[in-house]
Amino acid sequence: MVCESWKTKLDTYLDGELPDEEMRSFDAHVRGCPSCSADALTRVQMKRAIQVAGKRYAPSAEFRQRMQQKLAPKPQRSFGLGWMFVAAAGVILVVGTLTSAYLGTRFGRDQVFSEIADLHVAVLASSSPVDVISTDRHTVKPWFQGKIPFAFNLPELQNSEFTLLGGRMTYLDQTPGAHLIYDVGKHHISVFVFQERSFKLPASLSENSNSPRNLPFNMETWSQGGLRYFVIGDASAADIDSLAKLFKAAA
Amino acid sequence: MPHFERLYNFACWLTHDRQEAEDLVQETYAKALKGFSSFQPGTNFRAWIYKILRNAFLTSRTGLKAAATVPLDLEDEEEALPAVNETPESILLRRSDGQLVQQALEQLPVAYREVLLLCEVEEMSYQEISTTLAIPMGTVMSRLSRARKSLGESLRLQFQKG
Repeated sequence: MVCESWKTKLDTYLDGELPDEEMRSFDAHVRGCPSCSADALTRVQMKRAIQVAGKRYAPSAEFRQRMQQKLAPKPQRSFGLGWMFVAAAGVILVVGTLTSAYLGTRFGRDQVFSEIADLHVAVLASSSPVDVISTDRHTVKPWFQGKIPFAFNLPELQNSEFTLLGGRMTYLDQTPGAHLIYDVGKHHISVFVFQERSFKLPASLSENSNSPRNLPFNMETWSQGGLRYFVIGDASAADIDSLAKLFKAAA
Repeated sequence: MPHFERLYNFACWLTHDRQEAEDLVQETYAKALKGFSSFQPGTNFRAWIYKILRNAFLTSRTGLKAAATVPLDLEDEEEALPAVNETPESILLRRSDGQLVQQALEQLPVAYREVLLLCEVEEMSYQEISTTLAIPMGTVMSRLSRARKSLGESLRLQFQKG
């Protein structure tokens, strides 16, 4: 009976929850009391049995994996997403730049070609297509003197199928130039000559180019001696090329 | 994932259903992450997250049902009851039948089961249990005492049946 007061606190003692001083007193009592020490032993064994029995359930690997995926560190995810975003933005930027450059170039080139074609058609539709009417290159060339800020050579057309009809001043992109009209068979061919430096041509036109597919004309352009030449007409591509070669040879 | 295995184990003991336990653990971590700002550094993290799990359980269908069927604690009895002198534990230990203990634990009311598990399996201090279960320290002690007594009686009954 003397142990009853101790035994009411036995669980608290075994749980290590008694105050330090009381724990020490309890230690001393249990060591000297066979009844309390036996009781304490069985309770400790019971605690261990509950501890073992209580650790019964383990999460499945699938559930663990699912949870790990759900709780993946967000900084990594946002880091990854950040890089994906940067990469995507980079791709968009590059594609956008290339596309705009391509479209800009194409648009610029096509725009120039279209304007050249327009000039060609407009002049042919005019009642007075040329300001200087002459088949003589030595007449036509001097006519441009003082009217355009550059000089150019006209090819010798003897022994060729081309006939010079005359010339006129023209403007492209607010730049003065020479517009020469030739005949080959029943086809009219326009030759435009501009100063390369004062003419804002697309980069693609620094190289020789052929006419775009959507134009109903054949066309050739090149740069030579600081001048930009355009040869355009509904004549065959071979005729256009032949006249272009004559100009190239004369330059 | 801190305390993942132990939280899952505890959730299984509360729900008696692995799927429900998974949902409970998942809900616990989701709430813990969402409300992590409410955790005060320096306080007991384990008690905090177990409390989240237990509260989630109490608001679940199983938890509400369990709470409705749990007899009111004898916590109005201020003094913790002394353990009985009868030693079903010694009988149990002689048989080395862990399954009997598991069955006895399963049959305990959830209020007793959880306090025993937190104390014996999770080895929480009374203060931690008090925080987790949101009950006073004295209630922790009395409930533990009754849980042990109830477990002992359950074991004795099973032993007699067996």
